[in-house]
Amino acid sequence: MAEPTHYPELSFESRMDSVEFRIAEQAHIVVDDRICADCSTRGCVVACPANLFVPTAAGGILFNYEQCFECGTCYLVCNEEGAISWSYPEGGHGVVFHRS
Amino acid sequence: MSNVSTAEFGAPDFDAIVVGAGPAGAAAALELARAGRKVCLVERGPFPGSKNMYGGVVYGRILDTLLPNWWEEAPVQRWVTRRQTMILTETAATTLDVRNEAWGRPPYNGATAYRPDFDSWLAQKAVDAGAVLVCSTTVTGLLRKDGLADGPVVGVRTDRPDGDLTAKVVIACDGVNSFLAKEAGLYPEVDPANYTVGVKETIALPREVIDERFGVRGDHGVDIEILGCTGDIPGGGFVYTNTDTVAVGLVLSLPALAKGELRPEQLLARLKAHPAVAPLVEGGDVKEYSAHVIPEAGFDMMPELIGDGILVAGDAAAMCLAAGIWLEGVNFAIGSGAAAGRAAARAVQRNDTSAAGLEGYRSRLESSFVLADHRRLRDAPHLVMGELAQQKMPRIVNGVMEDLFTVTNPDPKPRLRAVVRKQMKRHGVKWRDAVKDGLRAARTFG
Ligand SMILES: Cc1cc2nc3c(=O)[nH]c(=O)nc-3n(C[C@H](O)[C@H](O)[C@H](O)COP(=O)(O)OP(=O)(O)OC[C@H]3O[C@@H](n4cnc5c(N)ncnc54)[C@H](O)[C@@H]3O)c2cc1C
Ligand code: SF4
Ligand code: SF4
Repeated sequence: MAEPTHYPELSFESRMDSVEFRIAEQAHIVVDDRICADCSTRGCVVACPANLFVPTAAGGILFNYEQCFECGTCYLVCNEEGAISWSYPEGGHGVVFHRS
Repeated sequence: MSNVSTAEFGAPDFDAIVVGAGPAGAAAALELARAGRKVCLVERGPFPGSKNMYGGVVYGRILDTLLPNWWEEAPVQRWVTRRQTMILTETAATTLDVRNEAWGRPPYNGATAYRPDFDSWLAQKAVDAGAVLVCSTTVTGLLRKDGLADGPVVGVRTDRPDGDLTAKVVIACDGVNSFLAKEAGLYPEVDPANYTVGVKETIALPREVIDERFGVRGDHGVDIEILGCTGDIPGGGFVYTNTDTVAVGLVLSLPALAKGELRPEQLLARLKAHPAVAPLVEGGDVKEYSAHVIPEAGFDMMPELIGDGILVAGDAAAMCLAAGIWLEGVNFAIGSGAAAGRAAARAVQRNDTSAAGLEGYRSRLESSFVLADHRRLRDAPHLVMGELAQQKMPRIVNGVMEDLFTVTNPDPKPRLRAVVRKQMKRHGVKWRDAVKDGLRAARTFG
């Protein structure tokens, strides 16, 4: 009998490459990582479906807005007032779904 | 979001401004346009539906009255004629499998569809009726009468140059994060425990392969809801068939996800590798990955629905019904959006768009499935997301099935009652608690 085929899981890059983003010049989400330095929970790091919150060696957070689903998870789970300034991107920009 | 700003109050640009061209907004704009009102439908995405994702099934009966024979032209992928509820543990599965051929004929029941297609189609109906659709435009705040912080809403500010738009009434159909309803002071404190995040992969597979794997033919399709597949995190999973893609995804409670170890795509990879799910979804290319937040707590998290010059509908008002075996938001959005549109049209006609003048919205919702279902199923989200349903029930159900169907000769077959008792004990569920939750469930679902 044939061995079952093993399908390798997609890399995170190719996962995100499947999504169209019309990147705005202006960041729609800004993270103040001086505030993050005091944060003990860091829920954003594990919960952001686009994996955009990257802890730095210095104890802060590196954030890039470009491949964002605009879902709202990060501001909802963030427990430090003022760490995340969240808004929608400029009209016509950001994520564009086609088959979802 | 920008704060209050001044608006000189001459003749407003429109009778009504509807923010968000999702199903709620499109239905509201359609009803306003049909009533002969001048209505502007503002959408931040480049086209309606471009920002929207969901699991995959639209329940279309709400369209019967709005758009008779909608099924002849709606952009449908497959008609759902087979519905399964799957209860998983790491290695076992127990599935309830329902087929109904009547669901494959007009007036149909559920249809899989891509939201960019469906939302564009529905918004076009509003445009055909006379609504003005403005895309690629983000509403950044509310305009208040005379610029007073708590004055009646008289329009919106947008991110276009000179982008203020005035109207007699604003309908916030801006989805789950509704910054407009929050700015209008209609939301109490926002509690992350009331929200889940959904992630999904749309996987390409040849049409015949889908037909074969899911046991359907022609334009018939399958809807699978899954419990017990999210580890320690309250939530659930789903698999839906489109014409030549399969959607597989998870819905995850935010606080538990944020506290846990595994990321959404890692949890999804686990579901895809489950022996009951892998044979359905494996092998194809991921065409699109997507994520969106869901207002999970239903009735108990709803904001005030009416303010001076403003109504809130759809996910913006937490009207998505997320009650375990049901995940219905599009029909509730259309139902509430249409009610808001009609109430707003009446209020404009009577020249009273104060909160009192807009009260008709509430009575319309109360007398329709929108608030009736939500009121009756008020407890359902808590029951379905509770520890018993999430952690213990899947183990007990699959344990009972294993004991019933494992042949242990020379021992005689066990009695069902003994098997159930053994499994409940093993998973620390007392009869008393099971009866209590069972009664609560019977009251809610019964
Ligand atoms: C993972 C998942 C699975 C689901 N599965 C199902 C399912 O199978 N069946 C079902 O019926 N429902 C399902 N739902 C729920 C359903 O998607 C929602 O309830 C429904 O989309 C709500 O419609 P809406 O019009 O209220 O909001 P939305 O569809 O969110 O539309 C809001 C619109 O407003 C626009 N907008 C927001 N803010 C602004 C602004 N400031 N300016 C301009 N435009 C703005 C957005 O771009 C968007 O187009 C699911 C949801 C998720 C996340
Ligand atoms: S949860 Fe908030 S405060 Fe904590 S690291 Fe993330 S963004 Fe910073
Ligand atoms: S909105 Fe969603 S995708 Fe964007 S950064 Fe926040 S959590 Fe990540």
